[in-house]
Amino acid sequence: MTSKERVLAAIGHRQPDRVPMDFGSTTVSGMHVSAVSALRDYYGLPRHPVKVFEPFQMLGLIEEDLKQALGVDVNGVYRRNTMFGVPITDWKPWRTHQGLEVLVPGGFNTTTDTNGDTLVYPEGDLTAPPSARMPRDGYFFDTIIRQEPIVEKKLNVEDNLEEFRELTGDEVASMKADAEVAVRDGRAVLAALGGTAFGDIALVPAPFMKHPKGIRDITEWYMSTTSRRDYIHEIFSRQCDIALANLAKLHAACGGMIDILYVCGTDFGTQTGTFCSVKTLRDLWLPYYRRVNDWVHSHTAWKTFKHSCGSVDRFIPSFIEAGFDILNPVQCSAANMDPTHLKEAYGERIAFWGGGVDTQKTLPFGTPEEVRREVVERCRVFSRGGGFVFNAIHNVQARTPVENIVAMIEGVREFNGAAHA
Amino acid sequence: MPDLTKLYQAILNGDHKTAAAVAREALDAGMGASEILNGYMVPAMSEVGRRFECEDYFVPELLLSARAMKAAIELLRPLLAAQGATPAGRVVIGTVKGDLHDIGKNIVAAMLEGGGFEVIDLGADVAPAMFVDAVKERNAQLVCLSALLTVTMPSMKTTIEALREAGVRNRVKVMVGGAPVTKDFAGQIGADGYGENAAVAVELARKLVSVPV
Repeated sequence: MTSKERVLAAIGHRQPDRVPMDFGSTTVSGMHVSAVSALRDYYGLPRHPVKVFEPFQMLGLIEEDLKQALGVDVNGVYRRNTMFGVPITDWKPWRTHQGLEVLVPGGFNTTTDTNGDTLVYPEGDLTAPPSARMPRDGYFFDTIIRQEPIVEKKLNVEDNLEEFRELTGDEVASMKADAEVAVRDGRAVLAALGGTAFGDIALVPAPFMKHPKGIRDITEWYMSTTSRRDYIHEIFSRQCDIALANLAKLHAACGGMIDILYVCGTDFGTQTGTFCSVKTLRDLWLPYYRRVNDWVHSHTAWKTFKHSCGSVDRFIPSFIEAGFDILNPVQCSAANMDPTHLKEAYGERIAFWGGGVDTQKTLPFGTPEEVRREVVERCRVFSRGGGFVFNAIHNVQARTPVENIVAMIEGVREFNGAAHA
Repeated sequence: MPDLTKLYQAILNGDHKTAAAVAREALDAGMGASEILNGYMVPAMSEVGRRFECEDYFVPELLLSARAMKAAIELLRPLLAAQGATPAGRVVIGTVKGDLHDIGKNIVAAMLEGGGFEVIDLGADVAPAMFVDAVKERNAQLVCLSALLTVTMPSMKTTIEALREAGVRNRVKVMVGGAPVTKDFAGQIGADGYGENAAVAVELARKLVSVPV
């Protein structure tokens, strides 16, 4: 099987020749730049500064040589701009707080405050208020909330829709060019169009905009899902109209090249439960998820990808009902997310993309042997009858020992070898 | 005399404007701040915690109730201080060094405040020395440490060590919490307790400072 055939078999719930693997096709299935750099060294690949293609989480680009070394089966087509609103081009040198030399997009402009924290600026504009901060000695950015005072009577849905607009011809052409490259080498292609995430809390504060208006404070947004539900409905409804128009454009330009569409990264789970009730999920999100999934399934051959961290066991039936084909990151470390239960309860109706190893405990803090054992066991449970693409539970975090990352990769190989020996 | 069940209900319903208005009315009518707090607000937040535990309330409802409670407590605070009212306990809380995530910490702080504790919130990305100073200066009985990132969990241990080195570890109980934190981890780093959510944290805090639950 080619990589593409393997992935399509898996997400089509047919047994592939081996468990397919993703690392780096999305911004929720990648690796911190320090991990990518350490892996390049481990595998003896040419030494050069790794590109940080997603500077908010400091995700490193997994280039072709490393993809081959790891055995990656998926290529990603990313949004054109970073979380800070600058194109992912014009690479320039940058040094992390730990002294690692990396490359960042040319518009990634930062300053250092008196505390030693790094501040980053939306659209690279140093005259605008900074939109994110990395603490001194830190590894990731966190959003700086820029919430204008809320005057209830003046709240205007348009303010929360400013970032959602129809794609320009240039933007579509850029995604088409990326898809043409992604499709060449026989891997499956996963595309993130942008604009299809409803209320993703990482995007609500709009770190990519210079002067975001509307409801932008995270706490205020969460409260608004209860106290201003009509307002949120109106945002989602209008956003959905725009998204469907953009999906049509994307499909016209590169429909056959794409296999999987990243739809939404809104997290519904906490470590122990859900952020809202099933009733709220079904009232506030399901209608829009259904519209997107219905459009995709009636116009394309694409499969749809839903990301939600946390304990979302009770939401999975609704995700399936909404038409999602793939669930990520399958956080087995959260409550009620036991792999055997998930596979038995939902394995025939939704494909699991993730769940391969616990990134909160085993991968960063376990021994290589503990990592290997967990990976082999997860592959055994999840891969039966297809329906599984191997990925860690969310991005591999900074400070994860490279020996453990290698043990994870070796664990998948061991399982694949044993399963087909 | 105002109907203080309206204050109780306003907190349960997350109606901050009514909560503040009824509290103001009660103070103007001559009611004592402690009576308003302990008679109506603490029971309301206790009910919010119960509803959260049994999944009748979720994060948005918890945040709305916490905001309503805070709107009322802002009015009471100066009077409580002036009266020398004794809180359930004095808590220093913060997200540990290197970690900027504060929503979970803020919810726990609000729930503790609603539970009758005096809360000294040091914010996020708090250096161990700041926890030590706050414990010394404010004579706190409890230290609550929060972390969301696996890379900042070690800062919890560093903070507990700093409390020990400063000779104040025996004066305080230390509670930890946050998504990647577990009971086992709490034990490994020498914390006194782990709260898996805000409602549990309040119960645990009461136990640790020996307040009747």
